[in-house]
Amino acid sequence: MIRLEKVTKIYPDGTKAVREVSLEVKRGELCVLLGPSGCGKTTTMKMINRLIPLTSGKIYVDGVDHVSVNENELRRNIGYAIQEVGLFPHMTVAENITTVPALKGWTKADRTKRAVELLKLLRMAPNEFMNKYPKELSGGQRQRIGIARALGANPPILLMDEPFGAIDPVTRIDLQDEFLKIQQELKKTIIFVTHDIYEAVKMADSVVLMKEGQLVQHASPADLLYRPKNRFVEDFVGSDRGLKCLQLIRAREAMWDSPATVTLDASVESARKQMEEEGIDWLAVISHDRRFLGWVVSSDLVKGDTVSEIITVSSIRVTADTVLSEALSQMLTSGLKVLAAVDQHERLEGVLTFEGIQTALRKAVQKEGTE
Amino acid sequence: MFEAYQFASQHLELVAKWAVEHLLISGVAIGSAAVIGIVFGILISGQGKERVADLVLYFAEIMMTVPSLALFGLLMLLLGRMGLSAIGFLPAVMTLIVYGQLPILRNTYIALRQVDPAFIEAGRGMGMSERQVLFKIKLPMALPVIFAGLRNAMVLIIGIATIAALIGAGGFGVPIFRGLRNARMDLIIIGGVSVSVLALLVDGSMALLERFVTSKGLKR
Ligand SMILES: Nc1ncnc2c1ncn2[C@@H]1O[C@H](COP(=O)(O)OP(=O)(O)OP(=O)(O)O)[C@@H](O)[C@H]1O
Ligand SMILES: [Mg+2]
Repeated sequence: MIRLEKVTKIYPDGTKAVREVSLEVKRGELCVLLGPSGCGKTTTMKMINRLIPLTSGKIYVDGVDHVSVNENELRRNIGYAIQEVGLFPHMTVAENITTVPALKGWTKADRTKRAVELLKLLRMAPNEFMNKYPKELSGGQRQRIGIARALGANPPILLMDEPFGAIDPVTRIDLQDEFLKIQQELKKTIIFVTHDIYEAVKMADSVVLMKEGQLVQHASPADLLYRPKNRFVEDFVGSDRGLKCLQLIRAREAMWDSPATVTLDASVESARKQMEEEGIDWLAVISHDRRFLGWVVSSDLVKGDTVSEIITVSSIRVTADTVLSEALSQMLTSGLKVLAAVDQHERLEGVLTFEGIQTALRKAVQKEGTE
Repeated sequence: MFEAYQFASQHLELVAKWAVEHLLISGVAIGSAAVIGIVFGILISGQGKERVADLVLYFAEIMMTVPSLALFGLLMLLLGRMGLSAIGFLPAVMTLIVYGQLPILRNTYIALRQVDPAFIEAGRGMGMSERQVLFKIKLPMALPVIFAGLRNAMVLIIGIATIAALIGAGGFGVPIFRGLRNARMDLIIIGGVSVSVLALLVDGSMALLERFVTSKGLKR
């Protein structure tokens, strides 16, 4: 889908920003450009949509040498999301989102429809946000609109330069999760720039690690962590690759998916029995339609007649798609030993325990080591 | 003061005539100055045209420093040579255009240059042509500053238009200069106050227009 052949960029002042980089990104793949500041990530990305002309080398988009296409046409078919700025302050949210559709000559009705669609996709209420201006939005909301704008005319390719750069860590994680979900559905071909290795490992199908304008290693996230090509990669990955590996595993793979449950009207006596039989000291309390409500823990079994009297109501929950590093951090901050994984209707899908996380990690490491 | 009021109420149609003349000269001058200033401002704002821009702005500044009376005189001579009417409407308007030029030209230029390059690159990155970048990004974002220049020029032009009376173009300069010659305080007051009121009114309506055309997203 996107192929770079010995692409080199030397700026007029002599800076060799990119040196003979060759790489291929397949259709539907999310490729992360990773590396320290100034290593040439942004330059590489901007050469793809011709914002920066190449010094030498070739870039093929969909098999076609991209200089043979009209540059504005090329750009209208490549979504572009940039860090921080970029939303036009004088345009409303809807106008921003439909910038490219407007350039492509869509009718007003079609554009409005598209804006509504995209706002919904990014979980923002269309009625509330359509007519707001960027300055009226929070940082996280702006990033969402930035992504919606890149998706504006539904381009097959997206270029994203640190799209989740300037926001707080919590919002950032939410956005990453949501974006991955959207990507699962849309299957765009994406070049994604970041200098955050955690983000890279979490988002990427493949990672391109760069150093001083050169491509050092192009590999899957797991390979980058466990088969570093040289010292630089090793150092960049860091000694805590076990922790980083947690970014690669989702709750789904580590959770107990038929956990022990009780309903509110069950008797305390039956709850005690169940715990004894299962050999655990907790039970997930659910409603009759399997919505997760909270926990019963063994130390509370002394009081009351029914579960409803001794339940510890908990609002902390994850989804099956949450990566283990975030689940673990939820456990550590909340002090819970178990986490409930729920679907979008709050229905219990599984329970994540500390032991479960350990086992999953051990399995992953063994698999990587023996391959 | 009272005499001025008395004179004005007795010669309403005369005051109205001066007002119309004054507005007409200033209006035509502002309109042309705006078109010329904005167009030139856009033309010299492009990348790599800094040298030309400096030159043009420098020239406009020099023109500003020429005393208005001298400029009137110069134009009268020039127009006379060319066989055009050397007095009245034409030379008056032309002088005013010259004076109105600088604030509009300079503000347009500065405003366009000040647009954050990140927005321009974002626009280009999404497939806008240079022209689309100009009309969809640069100009809307530059609008508040351009408007400030326009208002500046308007007040300036309405004030200087008073002198146009000297070359027979009419306007509120007529009562002022007549008053000066005949030591008639009431005429001077009528002319002076009217010019001020006119300037305030026009400035006020521009402020309204500005509020109407600038994007809400750019206001604080
Ligand atoms: N217009 C330019 N002219 C000259 N040198 C430039 C220009 N733009 C970037 N560079 C240089 O090229 C190199 C690569 O820059 P680039 O912006 O691609 O880095 P990056 O990997 O995106 O860094 P960051 O993570 O800080 O955004 C840097 O050394 C930078 O200083
Ligand atoms: Mg960069």
